[in-house]
Amino acid sequence: MVGLLVLAAVLAVLPLLLILGTLIVKGAGSINLGFFTRMPVPAGETGGGVAHAIVGTLMIVGTACMIGLPTGIGAGVFAAEWPASKIAIATRFIADVLNGTPSIVVGVFAWTWIVAKQGHFSGLAGSAALAVLMIPMVMRTTEEMIKLVPNSLREAALALGYPRWRTSLQVVVRTCLPGIVTGALLAVARIAGETAPLLFTALGSQYMSTNVQQPMAALPLVVFTYATGPYPEWHRLAWATALVLIVVVLILSIAARIATRSRFDAPR
Amino acid sequence: MIEGLDSTEAVSPVARLQGAATGDRIFRTLLTIAALAIPTLLGFLVYELWRGSQPAIAKFGVDFLATSTWDPVADKFGALPLIFGTLLSSLIALVIAVPLSVGVAIFLTEFAPGPVRRPVAFIVELLAAIPSVVYGLWGIFFLIPVLRVTLFPFLQNTLGFLPLFQGTIYGNSMLAAGIILAIMIMPYIMSVTREVLASVPGSQREAALALGATRWEAAWTAVVPYARSGIVGAIILGLGRALGETMAVTMLIGNRHEIATSLFAPGYTMAAAIANEFTEASTDMHFAALAYVALVLFGVTVVVNALARLLIWKVSKGRASGGAAL
Repeated sequence: MVGLLVLAAVLAVLPLLLILGTLIVKGAGSINLGFFTRMPVPAGETGGGVAHAIVGTLMIVGTACMIGLPTGIGAGVFAAEWPASKIAIATRFIADVLNGTPSIVVGVFAWTWIVAKQGHFSGLAGSAALAVLMIPMVMRTTEEMIKLVPNSLREAALALGYPRWRTSLQVVVRTCLPGIVTGALLAVARIAGETAPLLFTALGSQYMSTNVQQPMAALPLVVFTYATGPYPEWHRLAWATALVLIVVVLILSIAARIATRSRFDAPR
Repeated sequence: MIEGLDSTEAVSPVARLQGAATGDRIFRTLLTIAALAIPTLLGFLVYELWRGSQPAIAKFGVDFLATSTWDPVADKFGALPLIFGTLLSSLIALVIAVPLSVGVAIFLTEFAPGPVRRPVAFIVELLAAIPSVVYGLWGIFFLIPVLRVTLFPFLQNTLGFLPLFQGTIYGNSMLAAGIILAIMIMPYIMSVTREVLASVPGSQREAALALGATRWEAAWTAVVPYARSGIVGAIILGLGRALGETMAVTMLIGNRHEIATSLFAPGYTMAAAIANEFTEASTDMHFAALAYVALVLFGVTVVVNALARLLIWKVSKGRASGGAAL
């Protein structure tokens, strides 16, 4: 039986190695300076880059962070400061519900909420969809991190006559700030690779655009369009873009994991 | 802290307390707004989905879920093939992923030597970080070509007497989608199962060992049953992920509105249909039908996830929440 379990472990490790291996073999060769700095060329021609999608992803994810991080962290601090309040209990449960919501559903929500009303696709609608995905994630990690701060620290500050808000921000939150940043990084890593909520919000574009009211390109959308397109040249670019995307996402999540692990996770 | 104490010299104690109270009130108000944003968003999401799907709900009612016509030209829509495809692809994923991930979790908590545990768990959990669209790309250009010459013909040759494995072997198929889903949900099931198993009291193992059980018997007869409902919770959590997974499935399942008996034939899922058709929808009813599908999908995942959380929470008393696989 234990032999079977070892086999299961080997089988479970295999997909990640295969995926990374294929990405490197097929994608690494196409990555050069031009890939990052140039715009796409018309279908059929060779060469071209994904500069427009890099800018698009940065802008969409950046805007999502501006909406999502303050809300998520604020809600997390609330849930940790007043853990037994009705609002905290309801919010915690609803955050878990939202965390399990398929991202495509959030995309439909952003479409009816923003795109349908404005009458045009926009990077902003994409950011709103990503923010909806991000808020519950950030809230839950923030809350977990604050809960790890010893209560004696809070009591000491209050006993010294600190008002509650300064205790919370300057003592409690400051103590677990690295943990909160880590949670935020994980959320960014997660939404940076999301495609489904952008399909009919940001839509994608072949041009450089920095106007969030206009359709915008994004790296995951480029992978999807190029992978499902008919040209070998597109497939080559899809592999390279996917490699870039996965390197960014993996660096973010590995860094976040190592940071939390060394700080809070005592070895079992 | 020093600055705070210094200021007591200048301001009278009463004024200071009042200042603190105002600060606390502002602080609490701001945080409450942030916290209330989450229920508001959920309410808004449900309302918008309901509003968007209103024309379709009014026209098709519950029959929408039980009919199979999907004809945008005639404005006739029925979601049965989508629901069937969603359930079947998730079921295939569970059949493959559950034994693997529960096995790995048991191995890691009960048998693996210390230095192996972390790296293996880490590698499997990293699967959760890979974007869905990258799975899709890998599936199109690596997995499907490999499956077409290995597993698919093998299944047809050995189990071909079953209707499930008969017919033409297409690359993009229900089975391919199920396999990619299995890989994608493995980290969730494994991670939560591992947390649940780790929260089983050591006395449970020791008692079994003291009665003369081998380590395998102790794990299988004393630890796993104790954690059973938590493991079921982990599996249901994985199911929730599989039901809503979009990009990889869209890229691999073949996208055909049809209920086929063969797993080698193309199919469709609710999420894939929304992803594919939403930008191309031309009539209002088509949009409404897709929004209706989204509403149904949302309802199903909410129920599935709530059930999973409840079961996991019951076993580990709120300790494990799948945080590692987030």
